[in-house]
Amino acid sequence: MNPLRKKRLFIVLAILAGVGIAVALALSALQQNINLFYTPSQIAAGEAPEGTRIRAGGLVEEGSVQRTNDSLSVAFRVTDGAETVTITYQGILPDLFREGQGIVALGRVNADGVLVADEVLAKHDENYMPPEVTQALEKSGMMKHYEGGKQEYAK
Amino acid sequence: MNWTWFHKLGSPKWFYEISGRWLPWLAWAAAILVSVGVVWGLAFAPEDYQQGNSFRIIYIHVPAAFLAQSVYVMLAVAGVVGLVWKMKLADVALQQAAPIGAWMTFIALLTGAVWGKPTWGAWWVWDARLTSMLILLFLYFGVIALGQAISNRDSAAKACAVLAIVGVVNIPIIKYSVEWWNTLHQPATFKVTEKPAMPMEMWLPLLVMVLGFYCFFAAVLLMRMRLDVLRRESRASWVKSEIKSLVGKSA
Repeated sequence: MNPLRKKRLFIVLAILAGVGIAVALALSALQQNINLFYTPSQIAAGEAPEGTRIRAGGLVEEGSVQRTNDSLSVAFRVTDGAETVTITYQGILPDLFREGQGIVALGRVNADGVLVADEVLAKHDENYMPPEVTQALEKSGMMKHYEGGKQEYAK
Repeated sequence: MNWTWFHKLGSPKWFYEISGRWLPWLAWAAAILVSVGVVWGLAFAPEDYQQGNSFRIIYIHVPAAFLAQSVYVMLAVAGVVGLVWKMKLADVALQQAAPIGAWMTFIALLTGAVWGKPTWGAWWVWDARLTSMLILLFLYFGVIALGQAISNRDSAAKACAVLAIVGVVNIPIIKYSVEWWNTLHQPATFKVTEKPAMPMEMWLPLLVMVLGFYCFFAAVLLMRMRLDVLRRESRASWVKSEIKSLVGKSA
């Protein structure tokens, strides 16, 4: 490579490195603001702002969903394995909502520490499989094993 | 390593001849792979245990998103080649690939929104993955607009190359957004180091679609580049004789 091209290549690489470092610094400064939701542990530790609308995310705890017979109100607990947050919601839940499913709820935490949500979004994971495979896994008791991997993303 | 092919790219005439030979192969490969992939993925692949049939949109969404990012990396590589080696063909490639990349980004965002509504319960969420993808779309718009706005070809090439190179910082952000931050978008199903998180009868049609999309991109890019080479070199004698023979064939 001739010296002129080499020099130009270095200038280009230097620009790229500079921009890369600047963006990395900006993003690390904004780290908290880019997260879509707070985990129950963060809320328990007081990292989430109070008195404003926040998003809480985690897995719906097994056996925690309480529905009412005469309205669409529903209450459930969301967990990340360490802490839980109780969420109440009135409205139609997404199709994927179920116990053990990852969800993100947008709402305000009231005086009792309950998050009153006005929006519940379901999070799905990167695993796909045909229904027959799921049934086979459940039959052999391997589903629990597989579900363990799902806890990963709720960290 | 033999670099003669690289230096030959400096000659638009050589590019025009070699691309004319590749074009039919790529076009046929794209047509076959995409039609096989669409039928296989949308009709024969098994449905998902949670999402049912709505997961099938993955067969459009993922190839488009792959391509949207790959095309931008290609723009940046063309930008480096254009700036360092002053190769004219690099600018042709950059200008002609940008609109294709923008369309792919748009398709990825659109299919993502259509997919998000039934599964997540929302068309759009400002999470890191979706937002960084939207920024990618605006970067493409920027490259296209800059290329059109500057009338001097050399200055336009330089400006677009710099924008393409600077913007490539966004690509790792898109890729790792789902790991660095809490997002609604799920992490990648396909990783280079691990087995895909879906069974073979699901990912095989997806692989066919991804390859089909890449061939489609290559074919469309070559077609657009060939036309642009003819336009830019219109005063060269080989272009005049080429056009004469093309017009004579159809007349």
